[in-house]
Amino acid sequence: MKFLAYLRSLATKFFHRSQTANDMEDELRSHIQLRADDLERSGLPRAEAERRARIEFGGYVKWKEESHEALGGHFMETFVQDLRFSFRVLRKSPGFSIAAILTLAVAIGANAVVFGVLNALILRPLNVPQSESLYAIERGTDQAINHSYPDYLDLRDRNRSFDSLAAYNLAPAGLDTGKDLSSVWVQEVTGNYFDVLMTQPYLGHFFHGSDEHGPNSAPYIVLPWAFWHSHFQDDRGVVGRVVQLNKHPFTILGVGPPEFRGNLAFLSPDFWVPLVNQEQVEGWSSLNERGNRGILMVLGHLKPGVTPVQAVADLNSIGGWLEKSYPKDDGQMTFSLTRPGLAGDWFGRPLRAFLAGMMLLAGLILLAACANLGSLFAARAADRSREVALRLALGSSRNRILRQVFTEAVMISIVGGAAGLAGSIVLLRGLSVWQPLETAPIRVPVNPDAKVYLVALLLALASGFLFGAVPVRQILRTNPYEVVKAGSIVRVGRRMTVRDLLLVVQIAICAVLVTSSMVAVRGLVRSLHSNFGFEPRNVMLVSTDMSMAGYSGDKVPAMQRRVIDALAAIPGVKAVGSIDRPQLHYGANSEIVFADKTTDLRPANAAAEPMTYKISPEYFAAAGTPLLAGRALTLHDDKNSPRVAIINREFAVKLFGSVNGAVDRYYKRTDRARTQVVGIVDNGKYASLTEDPQPAMFLPILQAPTSATTLIVRSNRDPQQLTAAIKSTVRNLDAGLPVDMCTWSQELNDAALFASRMATVSLGVMGALGAMLAITGIFGMAAYSVSKRLRELGIRIALGAQRNEVLQAALGRAFKLLAFGSAVGLLLGLLATKVLAFIVYEATPRDPLVLAGVVLAMALLGLVATWIPAQRALSVNPLILLREE
Amino acid sequence: MTDQAQLLPGTLDLLILRAVSLGPLHGYGVLLRIGQISGNALLIEQGALYPGLFRLVRQGLLKASWGTSENNRRAKFYELTAPGRKRLREETESWNRLATAIGSALAAQPEEV
Repeated sequence: MKFLAYLRSLATKFFHRSQTANDMEDELRSHIQLRADDLERSGLPRAEAERRARIEFGGYVKWKEESHEALGGHFMETFVQDLRFSFRVLRKSPGFSIAAILTLAVAIGANAVVFGVLNALILRPLNVPQSESLYAIERGTDQAINHSYPDYLDLRDRNRSFDSLAAYNLAPAGLDTGKDLSSVWVQEVTGNYFDVLMTQPYLGHFFHGSDEHGPNSAPYIVLPWAFWHSHFQDDRGVVGRVVQLNKHPFTILGVGPPEFRGNLAFLSPDFWVPLVNQEQVEGWSSLNERGNRGILMVLGHLKPGVTPVQAVADLNSIGGWLEKSYPKDDGQMTFSLTRPGLAGDWFGRPLRAFLAGMMLLAGLILLAACANLGSLFAARAADRSREVALRLALGSSRNRILRQVFTEAVMISIVGGAAGLAGSIVLLRGLSVWQPLETAPIRVPVNPDAKVYLVALLLALASGFLFGAVPVRQILRTNPYEVVKAGSIVRVGRRMTVRDLLLVVQIAICAVLVTSSMVAVRGLVRSLHSNFGFEPRNVMLVSTDMSMAGYSGDKVPAMQRRVIDALAAIPGVKAVGSIDRPQLHYGANSEIVFADKTTDLRPANAAAEPMTYKISPEYFAAAGTPLLAGRALTLHDDKNSPRVAIINREFAVKLFGSVNGAVDRYYKRTDRARTQVVGIVDNGKYASLTEDPQPAMFLPILQAPTSATTLIVRSNRDPQQLTAAIKSTVRNLDAGLPVDMCTWSQELNDAALFASRMATVSLGVMGALGAMLAITGIFGMAAYSVSKRLRELGIRIALGAQRNEVLQAALGRAFKLLAFGSAVGLLLGLLATKVLAFIVYEATPRDPLVLAGVVLAMALLGLVATWIPAQRALSVNPLILLREE
Repeated sequence: MTDQAQLLPGTLDLLILRAVSLGPLHGYGVLLRIGQISGNALLIEQGALYPGLFRLVRQGLLKASWGTSENNRRAKFYELTAPGRKRLREETESWNRLATAIGSALAAQPEEV
């Protein structure tokens, strides 16, 4: 009841404010009139009576204020008043306001961007119905996400936990729409894929499990809305059209809904085809090979009421059965569940760690900004102590003044937050349409949503209260009589004040950011010059797939040979070799091998799992990989001669003990074939730059044929001329063979160095933001202390102080704080960069150049920030100063 | 004037309720009535009355309406509501208990202990 009455009076107050106010004014005035009447009756003249009545009434404004408060509904009114007042105050010092708003805009913008990415990739569920029960299946202790097709069929048909299980794989393919030839990324999916993900077509219809009748039985295509929009210009007549995919006719069945981009958060395929047609799409088929785990992911919805734990138990019992039934192919078949959006934990975990780290850094930036603004506010509060004292003396309560200060702070933080959010929306929109790699369909839709807006608002409010709280103690302690009497007193304390502490914290945070970004940059530079095991300079990569032009069987190696010979004949080309996928390209293959004497070839008995490459004899010459021992491959190492391989140093040491001891020895591959080692090459980098030395083997393409072909063309010619020459050469051989070209350095930049480049750029941006905040923080403090001590400095100069003594007096403290903060930050930064080492190759903090760089950077920051205050301190004219006071 | 006593915190409301319980009054009238019934022994700053009056109105203990004063000025008149009457009774009792207790405590002689 009371609350209702309060609400009603609040509403009345809010909407009829002026009426209530007038009413009260009337009443108080009538009181004074009545009193004056009485006094007049006792003999005073009317004017004197009214004067006395007003005096007796006491502080008119004060009682009016308190009466307002007593009536309730005061809050909104005061709030509006405070708002108006704050606006006026801030407008009076535009420099301060703009600096504060910009600082906050940058800090909150950085947070909003990082949170936006985090939100889109990790927090936001996949845009499919009931995504909360959608899981992907991981295998073994290393949580591999890939499976073999026969295993998938067993998992699908034998489990009792999932509604159904779908599977898919990603592959490049050549698409011929009749008008142009292009290389596209297709997602080969099982027939039930769309049904499992419960999605409905936007146009036409989807294929289903019932359309699958064995290999190559379902030549259908479903287009994602985006691809239909960009490549078919929203043509509704596209349904039923036949296009050529790798020279095989495929019928377009339908178009997916606009919001559906498959089940990966960071990748959108160009279209979907049934997995049963794998042979037509990829040129070979692994559908019957239980040991070939070429299926990228198996996923499905849990049945209602089934928990993930129960499902894992169910899957593991199938796994046990698989191990027993297929000991040769199925090793450790234990399973776990993961979310499908980030392609399992091998990609998801580092990404999550990275984003969490970035979020932490962004939080630190915001904290530094708050410390910065807090000390600015404290300085202002000190300057405004006269105003505060006057207001206190006039009867304002301390609460009221604090409220006004907070209103000011929150107003700044909201405006700054809005500006930051606006900037971050632009940035996130840009990121969403950005395609970082030319060679892969990676697209990261990080469009901001309500959650991002909310977080930005909350951060703005929180930081407003945080830095608004800094001057509270100062205001509470203000003694109006002292201040009004003596003027604002500045005590140049020797002890550490809150403001000093805030500055140290801020400088330390900045030093952390500067340190980690320098470590990252150094790591990146070093990884550009590290030993990859090949020489990427002056090499053009020409990647294609023979199956895209319809080659299969024996025609593949013959065509590969013709292409290699033709390219080698281009003037200026020094060497040409071929490999199925270049080293350090994503999606490296590996397979298990056995010692020669092993007879029971089950996975548990494997001797190693080397990276596996299929190369032409000229590969090492073209790639610039030195042969340590033995011989290179030759064209005679074909399918009619004994199986041979070239292995790397790591493989040799692991299986045979030494490099020289390995030549001419034998080992076994899973198909029981004895393979003779004919040569040894040095170790290289295969899957990632940060990996430990991995074993690797290189097989001759003539003995291990593959249609995937990347030609390594070494030449000193200008890349552009070379590209044109290669294009025309290939077109002369087969106009239907699509090729993608880029320099090897470019390819490395795109694929292998992508993560560390992103990390370096983000850290660099964060470091720059931190440095900016540190400069404004130090500048604010130095400028303030100089302006407060101008008189003292004037006296010092008048008494004959030297320039360096004046500087020492004016800025010594700022520099001490800077040195202390930098030391703390440097230490913390060195600790933090241990985390960085996981992402950035050779990111080591124990690097004299980094240490020197950080020290130099912080000193420079200090110099820049204190330059203007120092000039001001030096140009003090004691005469003018002393006369003024 | 100098022998007037400062009001104890919280007692102004009780005095207002008591003053108004003797008949509807405008604000200035309340002040005069308190002076009259307390023998002018209490020091009340005139303006301090109004926050108290408005607080009591908001709590529903008083109700107010505009009227005309004895010397023909427009003034707001206050009268007690039923909850106000009840509150006055309760507050009076508790005040009396407090006063008695403190009075007897202060009057205690050494031999009584």
